[in-house]
Amino acid sequence: MDITFLLNGESVELRGINPMMTALDWLRETRRLTGTKEGCNEGDCGACTVMLSCATTSQAVNACILLLPQLHGRALRTVEGISGPNGQLHPVQEAMITHHGSQCGFCTPGFVASMAVAHMNGETDHATALAGNLCRCTGYAPILRAARASQDQPVPSWMKADQQAAAALPSPPVTWLPESSDALAALYLQHPDATLVGGATDVGLWITKQMRDLPKMIFLHRARDLHTITPTDDGTSLRIGAGVSMAQMLQMATQHHPSYADLIRRYGSAQVRASATLGGNIANGSPIGDNPPALIAMGATLHLRRSDARRTLPAEAFFLDYGKQDRQPAEFIEAITLPRHAPNLRCYKLSKRFDQDISAVCGCFNLHIEGGIVGAARIAFGGMAGIPKRAHHVEQELLGQPWDLTTLAKVQHAWADDFTPLSDMRASAAYRLDTTHGLLLRYFHDLAGHATPLHEVTP
Amino acid sequence: MSTGQPLPHDSAQLHVTGQARYVDDIPVPAGTLHLAFGLSTVARGAITALDLGPVRAAPDVVAVLCAADLPHANDVSPAAHDEPLLATGRVHYVGQPIFLVVARSHRAAQRAARLAQISYAPETPLLSIEEAMAANSYFEGGPITWAMGDVDTALAQAPHHVSGQIEIGGQEHFYLEGQAALALPNDDGACHVISSTQHPTEVQHKVAEALGLPMHMVRVETRRMGGAFGGKESQGNALAVACAVAARATGQPCKMRYDRDDDMMITGKRHDFRISYRAGFDGQGRLLAVDFTHYTRGGWAQDLTLPVADRAMLHADNAYFIPNMRIESHRLRTNTQSATAFRGFGGPQGVLGIERVIDHIAHHLGQDPLQIRQRNFYDMASKGSNSPRIRTHYGMELRDFALPEMASQLAETAQYATRRAAVAAWNRDNALIKRGLALTPVKFGISFTLTHLNQAGALVHIYQDGSVHLNHGGTEMGQGLNQKVAQVAAHALGVGLGAIRITATDTDKVPNTSATAASSGSDLNGMAVAQACATLRQRLSAHLAARFGVAESEIRFGDGQVQAGQTTLSFAEAAASAYMARISLSATGFYKTPDITWNRQTGRGQPFFYFAHGVALTEAAIDVLTGETRLLRTDILHDAGNSLNPALDIGQVEGAFVQGAGWLTMEELVWDATGRLRTHAPSTYKIPAASDTPAQFNVVLWPQPNGVETIHRSKAVGEPPFMLGISAFLAISDAIAACGGAYPALDAPATPETIRNAVKAQATHGV
Repeated sequence: MDITFLLNGESVELRGINPMMTALDWLRETRRLTGTKEGCNEGDCGACTVMLSCATTSQAVNACILLLPQLHGRALRTVEGISGPNGQLHPVQEAMITHHGSQCGFCTPGFVASMAVAHMNGETDHATALAGNLCRCTGYAPILRAARASQDQPVPSWMKADQQAAAALPSPPVTWLPESSDALAALYLQHPDATLVGGATDVGLWITKQMRDLPKMIFLHRARDLHTITPTDDGTSLRIGAGVSMAQMLQMATQHHPSYADLIRRYGSAQVRASATLGGNIANGSPIGDNPPALIAMGATLHLRRSDARRTLPAEAFFLDYGKQDRQPAEFIEAITLPRHAPNLRCYKLSKRFDQDISAVCGCFNLHIEGGIVGAARIAFGGMAGIPKRAHHVEQELLGQPWDLTTLAKVQHAWADDFTPLSDMRASAAYRLDTTHGLLLRYFHDLAGHATPLHEVTP
Repeated sequence: MSTGQPLPHDSAQLHVTGQARYVDDIPVPAGTLHLAFGLSTVARGAITALDLGPVRAAPDVVAVLCAADLPHANDVSPAAHDEPLLATGRVHYVGQPIFLVVARSHRAAQRAARLAQISYAPETPLLSIEEAMAANSYFEGGPITWAMGDVDTALAQAPHHVSGQIEIGGQEHFYLEGQAALALPNDDGACHVISSTQHPTEVQHKVAEALGLPMHMVRVETRRMGGAFGGKESQGNALAVACAVAARATGQPCKMRYDRDDDMMITGKRHDFRISYRAGFDGQGRLLAVDFTHYTRGGWAQDLTLPVADRAMLHADNAYFIPNMRIESHRLRTNTQSATAFRGFGGPQGVLGIERVIDHIAHHLGQDPLQIRQRNFYDMASKGSNSPRIRTHYGMELRDFALPEMASQLAETAQYATRRAAVAAWNRDNALIKRGLALTPVKFGISFTLTHLNQAGALVHIYQDGSVHLNHGGTEMGQGLNQKVAQVAAHALGVGLGAIRITATDTDKVPNTSATAASSGSDLNGMAVAQACATLRQRLSAHLAARFGVAESEIRFGDGQVQAGQTTLSFAEAAASAYMARISLSATGFYKTPDITWNRQTGRGQPFFYFAHGVALTEAAIDVLTGETRLLRTDILHDAGNSLNPALDIGQVEGAFVQGAGWLTMEELVWDATGRLRTHAPSTYKIPAASDTPAQFNVVLWPQPNGVETIHRSKAVGEPPFMLGISAFLAISDAIAACGGAYPALDAPATPETIRNAVKAQATHGV
């Protein structure tokens, strides 16, 4: 495979690449740009953060789980290129020095990359922008000070140049990088044994951690029609391409589904959301993915495609059993439709750490209350079974009942009929089962306007 | 004057531009080979068959070594000779290195290391405290006990009692730069090792043993580490030794770095503890007697478990005078990673034990915990004081105890009383979110308890152009030691920092160094450098006095100039003048801490040169339904003496607090029933992220000089503020107590699950 991209503003052409090689290994070992660090090699620490731009956006991503084919046609900027061409410091670099934001310095290049991207994009929620960068020395206080201090400084010219340059970069089609869903359908039909790679936030770990060989990979990031969000004809729903990133999903949800947006804000990190795709999060079938419970609670529909044959199914029907989904060879998720509005949707995530942690329990509730009576109920959980799963028993017991604390006390026993969770390093089975009901109580108070979200409590 | 200035870290510009090099960033000679260990998958048992054929046959593998292939010593332990580099027939924990792969790339070595066919005769592992005690699996043969006074009688006569137990989890260091080493074989059989280590001399010693060479044949160099926190005090030995023996075997340079998962599976962590207690006290909450039992899992090898457990005992009083005290300490050998040094070195566990007791007493009496703390503080020590309330349980008298004043000041500036009332009001009105508040102190003893380690050396050159080359035995792991020491040198020589070049720690320059540990870095090395600089300054003074016909006392150094009577020279001119007069411009410095004596068997003596102090007030909130928690505000007043660099010291305090709070809240190590660590990557082991820092976070330094003669009357600051994180834990406990019922016997870490369980256990709460 041959690829073309920009590295710190300069064009790079690589011929005959190993598509399993990560951008991090290429930078450090081949290109000998060692400013970008390996801290975990699984996208959880941010020491390898780099800026990746296309014609319209620049985002922070983890180079350790970014595969070389994903660079094709894009502009990559590392910490070495965040300083100016004559060695001028970027405003975030200046501020990190002035505010003592580095101690051991190992995480610092990754922080600088994340901060420079947030700075360019005008993001001022610094704790969110930096949730994917771990620092063990500073306790973050001086880093957050540095981010605030630099936020109003002008964006240096060399930072702005990447998007235009990426737009102007000739990047001819590459066989394993289909340019449309039609091309993908045809290629996948020919190679049903290939691995589909959306953002590589999961597949990347198969390579770096499980040491798997993936001789055939089809990369989806250039299939443009998979990356769009469009209203359906009747205007009640949104059709979301499977390749839509979680960063795009966050924008969508902020507008349409605020509680889902709160959940997505805690999905991975800025780096992970920039790469991860909605389709990937569904298709990998994980019982602890955070999108499926929300989609199931909303009553979302999946659109699957094999060659030119298409079918739809309710989101919950896709998950058959642990590790098993209703997907045929050469079939892929093309899109997801979900309602434009779901005012009673609430999404709650429980994890040991608030940001960038995998859910111990993720509970999504969407009840319709008419005249104080539960008229319709969709409750779905992640982390409670081998698949994302609806709480049918609890839903049934709620239907037709008065929406009050007495009813909730009566249905508490039914959670155990719906779920037999496991104990693992994230939580015990008992805690998981206990908190399902706790979250239902939270939902009750939330709809009543009485709940105080913990993260909104101030001293 | 350069000391006391809030200068940035000396490498800050290199850090932010990505130019700062760590071991894995150093360009290596062509032909450099890469290493990986093959690890045990069984916690305890004999290896019955070891087939390394598939490993040898893997692509790009050059050699595979097992214990029998090692030329000399097979040991990487710091002292006890109980830690083979490669297993010898038996395995003792899941993750123990069994064989060593030498390959042409890091990834090839990693892949090949998974291909061995190993059969074991597994035995039931000793994983828990109970299992280890039942098997009488102790270091040193059994528990050790220290006592002061008559605990049994005092307990029997005390009008009030509490008793209980707290489980305290361990902690992964999670230095962002994993362990790494590079060995470059020399032409004469010597070996040059570049290591990410806090202890270059120990690496030198272990490599020399492994190669069968005298120590002068091994040179160890450390420019900087990407974090260490105690985790690179002894845990880097294995990589350095592996590189050295592989370099000897192949004749090629060899480099090894652990993948993060390997790092967490192989290396030791903070000791987990169980502390049980019985305390007797009067109606005002004044302690009359405390009986502690400490249990700790030391893992499979001794490593530093004995001094860690000792330090936990030494800090069992924290800030409080306890007239009768007994501590029984069980140091257990278990089939887990060998627990090791971690910031605080047992002190945090000991401190948490007594802070729990004080908190429990306050709850029992229905009084404010801060008042109970204040009533139990040691007396403010003053010269000639004959108060009995200044003597610790190990017989040392406090001569500098600032906590009564510091606690009062923080309570006032952070409005403890007002906020206590506001928290109570909130808790009356809110069923689902409860708030808590805790103000906790720390008193931390400064010195290595192994007395001979309290020494340091330095080497300073002045070149004839007036530029200064600075070297000392301490290592830079992010704490800013080199900058502080450079500030000391600049001050001593009267030059600007630009004149001073900081260089890599190197056993060829300063020999026989101690680990940069026990918060001692700037105390020891700062003094050694000051002494070397004083020697050079004296030589320059004598020369200039003779040359200009003035008394030596009339020579003044400052602002990059030297005044000799009426004559002013630049420092460079003074250096050149001395050179022309054939004056040596190179000097060593040496320092050993005075006035310390310690007998660890009897638990008596003066183990510490002085104490560092701090107080923290933290407010936390919990979600009653789920056990989720947030830290809302933290205010800290910390004693760094006359700070050598207040910016770096505040950085240490902020970072230590968050690391300490992480230890006691979200950081949870989970081993499964077979002894396999299940939390071996940041996906499963959660250190605090940016949003876990308290939303309001105010750190102020206590502006008093050290009472004893340290470098510029500063105080050590690396470890003491770690224990301020205990305020976060007890604030959460306070919030749980607001749910009503009995004293919440909260265990650490206080994960959402632990908190939720504690809430449910509160008798009166039905949610």
